[in-house]
Amino acid sequence: MKKRKNILWLIVALTLFSVYVDLPAKLNLGKEISFAGLNFEIGSIIFTRPVDIKKGLDLQGGTHLVFSADMSGVEAQNKNEALKASQTNIEKRVNYFGVSEAVVQTSKTENDFRLVVELPGVTDVNQAIDLIGKTAQLEFRTENPDQKTATESGEYFLKTDLTGRDLKRSFIDFDQNTGEQVVGLEFNSEGAKKFGEITAQNVGKMVAIYLDGLPVSIPKVEEAITGGNAVIRGSFDSKSAKQLSIQLNAGALPVPIKLIEQRNIGASLGKESVQKSVRAGLIGLLMVVAFMWAYYGKLGFLADLALINYGLITLALYKLIPVTLTLPGIAGFLLSVGMAVDANILIFERMKEERRMGKPVNIAMELGFGRAWDSIRDANVCTLITAFILFNPFNWTFLNVSGMVRGFALTLALGIAVSLFTGIVVTRTLIRVFYKE
Amino acid sequence: MRFKWLYFLISALVIIPGVFSLIKWGLRPSVDFTGGTILELEFKEKSQTQDAMRDTLNELKIDYSSIQTSGEKRILIKTKSITREDVSSIIGTLAEKVGEKPSELRFDTVGPTLGKELIKKTFFAVLLGAGFILLYVWKQFKQPMYGVCAILAMFHDSLVLLGVFSLLGHFRGVEIDTLFVTAVLTILSFSVHDTVVVYDRIRESTKKFSDFSFADLTDKAVTETLPRSINNSMTIILMLLALYLLGGSTIRWFVFALLIGTVSGTYSSTFVAAPLLVVWEQLKRKKKS
Repeated sequence: MKKRKNILWLIVALTLFSVYVDLPAKLNLGKEISFAGLNFEIGSIIFTRPVDIKKGLDLQGGTHLVFSADMSGVEAQNKNEALKASQTNIEKRVNYFGVSEAVVQTSKTENDFRLVVELPGVTDVNQAIDLIGKTAQLEFRTENPDQKTATESGEYFLKTDLTGRDLKRSFIDFDQNTGEQVVGLEFNSEGAKKFGEITAQNVGKMVAIYLDGLPVSIPKVEEAITGGNAVIRGSFDSKSAKQLSIQLNAGALPVPIKLIEQRNIGASLGKESVQKSVRAGLIGLLMVVAFMWAYYGKLGFLADLALINYGLITLALYKLIPVTLTLPGIAGFLLSVGMAVDANILIFERMKEERRMGKPVNIAMELGFGRAWDSIRDANVCTLITAFILFNPFNWTFLNVSGMVRGFALTLALGIAVSLFTGIVVTRTLIRVFYKE
Repeated sequence: MRFKWLYFLISALVIIPGVFSLIKWGLRPSVDFTGGTILELEFKEKSQTQDAMRDTLNELKIDYSSIQTSGEKRILIKTKSITREDVSSIIGTLAEKVGEKPSELRFDTVGPTLGKELIKKTFFAVLLGAGFILLYVWKQFKQPMYGVCAILAMFHDSLVLLGVFSLLGHFRGVEIDTLFVTAVLTILSFSVHDTVVVYDRIRESTKKFSDFSFADLTDKAVTETLPRSINNSMTIILMLLALYLLGGSTIRWFVFALLIGTVSGTYSSTFVAAPLLVVWEQLKRKKKS
């Protein structure tokens, strides 16, 4: 009996915590109440309450772009690096454009290389597309010998004929003497010649490397380099070395990209669908609650409590993980509500049968839970298998990697996990503690 | 299980027109699959804008496949792939004709290559999912027939769904999009979920009452699980009905697909999946004797 009370308290605590996480930043109940600052500290751990649920593009409006990368000019072994470089470069440009929470993803299918860009809340799409669609331009510039004009015009460095086209690739390396991280450059024969001339003329001076008109590295030339292989030294850690090498690769392995898909969702349409669907979902939920109460009486009422518990916990998980909520995601959630109720219906029907055979309530209840478990387990494992394949966690290329389908799979799987807990543990505890005939 | 042929007949009556329609007319793919553009505009005041839109598109020489109103003051057009500049000129020309500049609600442009890929991938996903479920059910129930029949019932439901949407596509112009694909996958998992519950009862009864015939056992199991099946589906149907009637317009057909699937899934687990087991068992016995 003591143990049961403990589980009950645990459930109450979990529910309160969920409510705490679920509270919106502001609530308007005649008077505006703010919950924004409800963060707390335990020792050195600071818990910051997540305020909003992350909404997908279809809910908040924005632009979804898919670019196809033309890899015809890139050697086979460099293709992955080129795609990565292109992705990083686009991320940089998008950040420069000032879009918050933009997502840039790569996707590969056989010989098709793609870049998926999601820009929430962007209205001037044309400008964004122009900016993203440009091929990266890498340039090597030398010091402006005329200091006076340099300060006047701001042109401290002058363009040379050495560009990204002359660079074969860039990579991370270690200095054999010092063990320091360095960034290596490998030029093609044309580039080696040009680079040799430039370095010979600029010993002791700076050579600046520009990507899309902005300097990414300004190393000093120590000696003339004619072999076509150079290294950039500096106090790199592995992260900064990697970043520079990726940026240089974006110029060295230029990949022209072409827009193949564009979806623009007006924020108002998204908002409208959300409002309507959420309202509809709530009404649906109320109908389910009423149905359970009407059909199963007191038991149904306890199951309803568990169901409300389910809703609170799931919402809290969405905020904590965080799950990006999309329309299919909401559908996944609603479907899992159905399955959460299913577990209870299965159990209650079993209980009824046991009662009909003349067993006392408490024994019928325990038997009902035990007997129903087999079918609940098998049925839910099958649904989990489907959710797993749809989510495609290993990024298998022969399966879908679309964000929409994934969002759905994730909410479905989460819903099943939580529903097993609330449908079985919570309902059982509630019945054990509160149900008397 | 005396009426099993009747149950199969009912299924056939639903499936055959659908399959006929699938073969004859196929499905009506949306731009998600074919490539093209959907543009939805909203006016604040004007409501009769189709004619103006038709003139505009003709003037600009843009091929369109449909112009429809969606909601009172909204207009939705489907064209071949057009660019952003085209959209600006459509809005400009239209504003001149109508006297009010509409705001853009939605602009989707999809290259046609994506669609084929999506179909291929979904097909793989279904096959893989079916394979795994077959193995799991087979293992849990120790006999291959449970796995195979569960999968057959699952394909029954997808055929019903595809058939209904093929008919809807032909007669009502309903298109299938990526959301529809998601709905099909959901229904597949719901179908198996429901079937497994019925099978579980058969498994349990087989252990308890070994002197009954298999058909009688199945009969008993089906009768016992029927209230649960109906109650459970009722809760899901209530939910979906609320969404269908009150939810946003973008998910209406998605919800409708789920509704059809839920009804079919409930029917199939009791009246297809279970009778199939009985038929399988009878065939096995005939083979032996």
